[in-house]
Amino acid sequence: MKARRKEEGKWAWRLTGFVTLCVYVFMFAPIVATVILSFNASMFGGFPMTGFSLQWYAKLMGNEAVLAAFRTSLWIALVTAAVTTAIGVVTAFALVRFEFPGKQALSTLVILPALVPETILGVGLLVLIKAIDQPRTMLLLVLGHILLAVPYVVLIAQARMVGIRRVYEEAALSLGASRFSSFREITLPLLIPAVVGGALLAFTISFDNTSASLFWRPAGVETMPTQILSMLKISISPEINALGTVMILVTVAIPLIGGLILQSLTKLKRRGEPKEEAR
Amino acid sequence: MNNRWTLYDPRLAWMLVAPVLLLLIFFLVLPIAVMAAYTFFTFVTAGVETSALTTANWQEFFTDSYYSGFLLKTLRVGAITALLCGVLGYFPAYFIWATSFRHKWLLLLLLIVPFWISFTIRTFSWINILGEQGVINVALLKMGIINAPLPMLYNEGAVILGLLHFLLPYMILNVYVSLEGIDRTLISAARSMGCTSAQAFREVTLPLSLPGLAAGLLLCFVLAAGSYVTPQLLGSGRDALFGNLIYDTIMSELNWPMGATLSIVLFLVLGFFAAIYTRYMGMSQIVKGLAG
Repeated sequence: MKARRKEEGKWAWRLTGFVTLCVYVFMFAPIVATVILSFNASMFGGFPMTGFSLQWYAKLMGNEAVLAAFRTSLWIALVTAAVTTAIGVVTAFALVRFEFPGKQALSTLVILPALVPETILGVGLLVLIKAIDQPRTMLLLVLGHILLAVPYVVLIAQARMVGIRRVYEEAALSLGASRFSSFREITLPLLIPAVVGGALLAFTISFDNTSASLFWRPAGVETMPTQILSMLKISISPEINALGTVMILVTVAIPLIGGLILQSLTKLKRRGEPKEEAR
Repeated sequence: MNNRWTLYDPRLAWMLVAPVLLLLIFFLVLPIAVMAAYTFFTFVTAGVETSALTTANWQEFFTDSYYSGFLLKTLRVGAITALLCGVLGYFPAYFIWATSFRHKWLLLLLLIVPFWISFTIRTFSWINILGEQGVINVALLKMGIINAPLPMLYNEGAVILGLLHFLLPYMILNVYVSLEGIDRTLISAARSMGCTSAQAFREVTLPLSLPGLAAGLLLCFVLAAGSYVTPQLLGSGRDALFGNLIYDTIMSELNWPMGATLSIVLFLVLGFFAAIYTRYMGMSQIVKGLAG
């Protein structure tokens, strides 16, 4: 009886492992297929592979519309990341350290942009703009992206902030540091992992944003995702696989490198401290 | 001087949160309020409306089965997607939590990587799998199992598949976060009292991970029901969801009052589900999952 039960547990565990494997394959198979196809020599965007070629990358480099969209997205994402991180970290600081009326309401309100569908946020802002008779501008698009990224930055910074004991700041204050310099010298350095993590996430949220940007972009402006969308409406050329591969490289490599730098920084600091238990 | 600032003065807090608060008011609260008002405006012709108040938009919404059909289809697709995510996402979350594999971080990192890859690219990459020249059709044709490519794209199944692909990491991370919060000694205790591993799972692990599962279900449902890009890329015209309907009403028909009405409807319906959820579960689990 006992042996049979053990056997059952083993099978359940194997099944779990198998489903996990399938889910991981499911998650990455299409991406791998896209990367492989971007090197296809064939004229059509699909299998079978007829040979290795970089022609689609060459074609991409000559595509002015794509390059312009890439630059636009890059700028928007950089500004979004910088501004969102600044205002998000300060908000998280206030939400964790201070007691003030309306704090609970604000902490709920601040995560709403992540929960309300983008289509609704998109239409809402457009209707407001229309009601007060203003044009769609680049500023509007950037501020919209900041709104979309704020919940994530605040949540990440809040999670880190909770772990920083306030005695450090208070010690600096009691030694005569100003409010600002105690934040800059004590709190901010301790928050660095959250600052970097939040900035990277804000960057990718802005760089990837599609639905809301379709509503908010000024007439004639294409961001990278809206450009891809309009290219897909015409036909699926292998060029788009090459574009996808470039985008994957950019958006995956940047956070990975950032993360590695961060990890080696914390490792240097942690040396000598007792190791965390493995499980 | 009695207006000296104290150490944790609320006035300082207000100054610190001011930029985010202003952004939330002007870009979130005010737009939704104005949109709610717009639902009562009168549509004249494409792009033109007057502020003469009317309930015509709401009447049209409630009487024309075209709209309720769209809403029901969207909720159905959202529910199917969320349930599939729950079933398929629980296994990996449990596996990552329970495995003795040394490089667990790698499995977690692989779950986060999709968040970095453009959502549009992840969605269109399915065309390379399911399309007429995709992996599956080309392989089956080569093996001689089929004579003509199977039509797997541009139907509701493809849309749900694409949504699943986009939402599974959310679900897995949500469940994983709540599994991580379980005190493992509880499971050892259950085992030492004579529970089999299956019983220990059913009586201890599963109930304690339900908050994460529930948060994941809500998140997946809301995001699926609000999707726009996936039906656009992987579905045919008949598979359009409510988000596409809103987009077309505003951007093509330029019927702003109706577009606002549809947006408010979606907002209220999804808000209703979120409210039921927070009523029983509170907000904290969602917060944990998002910060994952």
